[in-house]
Amino acid sequence: MRFAVAEHDAALAEAAGEVLTKQAGAEQIRAGWPGGRTEGVDAVWRTLAGVGVTGALVPENADGVGLGLDENALAPLMEAFGRSGLPVPAAETVAVGAPLLAAAGAPQLPSVLRGSALLTVSLAPDAPVPFAARADLIAVPRGDELRLYSRDEVETEPVDSVDGSRRLARVHAPAGGGLLLAEGPAELAVAYRRGVLATAALLVGLGERMLELTVAHVRERHQFGVPVGSFQAVKHALADVELAVRFARPAVLAAGWAQAAGDPETAVRTSMAKVLASEAARKAARTAIQCHGAMGYTTEYDLHLYAKRAWALAGDWGGPAEHREFIARRLGLGLAGASGIVSEGTGT
Amino acid sequence: MDLTWSPEEEAFRQEAREWLAANVPANPLPSGDTREGFAAHLEWERALFEARWSVVSWPEAYGGRDASLWQWLVFEDEYHRAGAPARVTQNGIFLLAPTVFAFGTQEQQRRILPRMAAAQDLWAQGWSEPGAGSDLAGIRSRAVRDEGAGGWRLTGQKTWTTRGAFCTHLFGLFRTDPEAERHRGLTYFLVPLDAPGVTVRGFERLDGDEGFAEVFLDDVLVSDGDVLGGVGEGWRVAMATTGSERGLTLRSPGRFLHTADRLLDLARAKGPGARRDRDRVVQSWIEAQAYELFTLEQVTSIVEGRQVGAESSLNKLFWSQLDIALHETAAELLGPEAEVDGSWSRGFLFSLAGPIYAGTNEIQRNIVAERLLGLPRR
Repeated sequence: MRFAVAEHDAALAEAAGEVLTKQAGAEQIRAGWPGGRTEGVDAVWRTLAGVGVTGALVPENADGVGLGLDENALAPLMEAFGRSGLPVPAAETVAVGAPLLAAAGAPQLPSVLRGSALLTVSLAPDAPVPFAARADLIAVPRGDELRLYSRDEVETEPVDSVDGSRRLARVHAPAGGGLLLAEGPAELAVAYRRGVLATAALLVGLGERMLELTVAHVRERHQFGVPVGSFQAVKHALADVELAVRFARPAVLAAGWAQAAGDPETAVRTSMAKVLASEAARKAARTAIQCHGAMGYTTEYDLHLYAKRAWALAGDWGGPAEHREFIARRLGLGLAGASGIVSEGTGT
Repeated sequence: MDLTWSPEEEAFRQEAREWLAANVPANPLPSGDTREGFAAHLEWERALFEARWSVVSWPEAYGGRDASLWQWLVFEDEYHRAGAPARVTQNGIFLLAPTVFAFGTQEQQRRILPRMAAAQDLWAQGWSEPGAGSDLAGIRSRAVRDEGAGGWRLTGQKTWTTRGAFCTHLFGLFRTDPEAERHRGLTYFLVPLDAPGVTVRGFERLDGDEGFAEVFLDDVLVSDGDVLGGVGEGWRVAMATTGSERGLTLRSPGRFLHTADRLLDLARAKGPGARRDRDRVVQSWIEAQAYELFTLEQVTSIVEGRQVGAESSLNKLFWSQLDIALHETAAELLGPEAEVDGSWSRGFLFSLAGPIYAGTNEIQRNIVAERLLGLPRR
């Protein structure tokens, strides 16, 4: 038993974290919103691709960087992305898309690994697809299959979203065509769980970041002649956020381990991680805004950029209610006839 | 990351499981917080000791098995899964013993630990006073040096002393220097409860058991050998081990995992139910698993030599809230049956003490905010 991130699993996350800290600030998140200039965002993404981020789960013989990493490395890497808030399809590309393209021998893989082609994936039928408004490659489910299309093969209909940097679009793809990336419940389940895991880790990173921003604020901000952070009501609210985030993180790491090790409880562990991380990030967002006062309710201050990402990701890849319902069925508490991506994607 | 148990740990688990299966009383014992129940529990404690399961992590010389922290966790898991009785000796074993190991003289260790392991001496914690609960540094009970008698004279009152009416000994803090600052001038004393000048009065807790006691000390003479960790060092000595009380050694994940499993059984027996109820059951179950995972992470840290400090306040906040959530959810499922006296209703009443004892949750949140997040004290 050893519950700690191994050195080789942390190394890529550290390298990515350095790039993100230096090059991806709130300005980059704003640039991801409609009307923003995304060249800077794309440049950071290419730099990260150069470090090996996009190919983290791609084997060497498929043009990956051959780091020999598995889902154990996914959680720390995605936490770093979550902290930065860089508006890129990190979970979709690194955790889900790139390994599938590699397995399918897709000719588009090298450009995805270089970061020159932006790839997004959704496994939720009919839901708006994140980053589809600006992605070059889009993988969406068609029946029991996941198919990869280039953007001119599908019709995209941009949708305004709470987090504008997510660049949502509804995607209308032809039934035929595209490249088959995965089919059948077992293959889709593996892809789905990786997406859930990566999103849960993004949420942990976001929660930590919002907590840090808030702690810094309440230490500096004075009211009634003392720092706001010295008030017990504020301390207790932030202690509760710390509690939620600190207890979500091990659950996410454990889900990563379960996926890599092929643990029989993988599906339940993954859903647990998403429930805890979603709830923690929502609590962090809510509390952060409250503790910032009216400042937190403006778009001039950066906090809203992280909070909106948290709200978006808390519901994406299955919200807490959906994952709890899946666990309920697994524990023998469920109702018959319940359906949804969670049950389909993790049915094996 | 590797969340698999080693063959040695699995073998240890198997041995514990087999012994517990053969020895755990078939019918639940009466509450250990009543006089008759306490006597029944002592028989169990002695059986545990005879088979060397009472203090598995202690050195063999003191009655333990020299078990690693991992093995201890495994044992706790099996213990709760087997539905074994609550430990009436826990205040000694989990709260005093770590302090004796860290600060006691060799003489004290040899005198205190084997008798504690064998449930011959039964220790009560004498920290709280009527005027000082979570504000522990505000205690007023005092100890005055008596050169002629070659010891210390203790006077004052301790209260909310768990199982104090049934125990043989008390450990607690006393003010030895009234001139010194609040946290200084305190000394950690060990007191036999049959000493002249000691009066113990039991009183009822919220759950109706006589599990609390007030202990009055009137010029009670103790020897220099009953000072633990040095005169005037009481606060430092006590604080060095409060982590055990708040953190994982008092509340290992086993008991919550077991309660969560019982909650699942209850929910299955009740049928599918409303989605809202199912949601609460699953959420509580998830949180019990999360507590285990957090603990595994912490144990890894400790085993690898890192210090776990204020983090134990996170444990305490989490398990105390989890315990209430588990029992309130059960009450919801039970409906009108929830008021019937039984393991769920008793567990519920006991869970209400969680946010209060071992330092209230308000204090724990302050610790998290100030020491982990770095917020200003005032």
